Amino acid sequence: MMEIIKVGMADLNVTGYPNALTTLGLGSCVGVCIYDTKTKIIGMIHIMLPYSWGVKNNTNPAKFADTGIPLLIEKMEELGAAKKNMFAKLAGGAQMFEVTRSEFMNIGKRNVEAAKKVLQEQNIPIVAEDTGGNYGRTIIFYSEDGRLEIKTIGKGTKTI
Amino acid sequence: MNLSNNEMNEMYLDVLKELGNIGTGNAVSALAMMIGRKINMKVPVVKMVNLQEVPEILGGAEIPVVGILLNVEGDIEGFIMFVMSQSSAHLLVNMLLGTTLNGYSEFTDIEKSALMEIGNILAGAYLTALSTLTGFKMIQSVPQLAEDMAGAILSFPAIQFGETGDTALYIETEIFEESNRIVADFFLIPTIESYQKMLKALGVA
Repeated sequence: MMEIIKVGMADLNVTGYPNALTTLGLGSCVGVCIYDTKTKIIGMIHIMLPYSWGVKNNTNPAKFADTGIPLLIEKMEELGAAKKNMFAKLAGGAQMFEVTRSEFMNIGKRNVEAAKKVLQEQNIPIVAEDTGGNYGRTIIFYSEDGRLEIKTIGKGTKTI
Repeated sequence: MNLSNNEMNEMYLDVLKELGNIGTGNAVSALAMMIGRKINMKVPVVKMVNLQEVPEILGGAEIPVVGILLNVEGDIEGFIMFVMSQSSAHLLVNMLLGTTLNGYSEFTDIEKSALMEIGNILAGAYLTALSTLTGFKMIQSVPQLAEDMAGAILSFPAIQFGETGDTALYIETEIFEESNRIVADFFLIPTIESYQKMLKALGVA
């Protein structure tokens, strides 16, 4: 029976067929979803910030794109996935409020950019994304076929 | 003076309660004056909370909420955030504007400004209380409003936690007017430096 496993904020998880992974209420955070086409192993990480360097509170690697995405890939490989069979999908990175302080400007966009850069360094192609905007997203990632379902309030549901 | 951990904790809770009481007192006067009717408020919960607890406090990451955000600058820097359920936000608008919105109507621009103005008043009330207890001077920015899933709204201050510390001052506020009960959750999210400074000034660190 299919189980839908939750991924919390600044957290990651991996699973295999027939399960799915979900994270609820993504705002400026980015959900990075990786699929292994051969084994149907999936991984999801809910990153909050682009880079761990220069951040005082950086003990949790799953909080950052630069430390979290490689860790996610590693966990998938432990289950038997191989990098050469992986592709990625991204969702989130919204701007929920306009901010006046420059250092916090568009953290959503910075998160998306960092996630893309790290995935590129890892040679994992990004096949689809639903990022930006000013609204929240709940995402569900299915091991069955790697589809990513995105639910919003008032902006409908879509699958990428 | 040497105090045991228990004594420290009690002292700390007393100070936070005092902060909640003074703030609520300020808020009651301001709100009652604004709507021209008597209202009652109470503060059932004042405490410091961790980032991880916040979505649960609000009833889950996917729950639709109304969030009002303000910047705080001055001796304490950080953010103030009010989070309300949609039904509480509708009751608040009705109370303020004399409308009869049900829980499903969309807010017009005027209704949104009314909510932001409430955010302004409540933020001012709690900051004045904090100022009274600490002597600090703080300025609040113009409020902003967003309606969305609790998790998404909170990701904004949560990211500030992520870059700074992971603790917020949480004040649950209940507003009573006739038979209506409105619950607004207030979060003060100081930077890590301001957090230390605030605790020290309150005499609990």
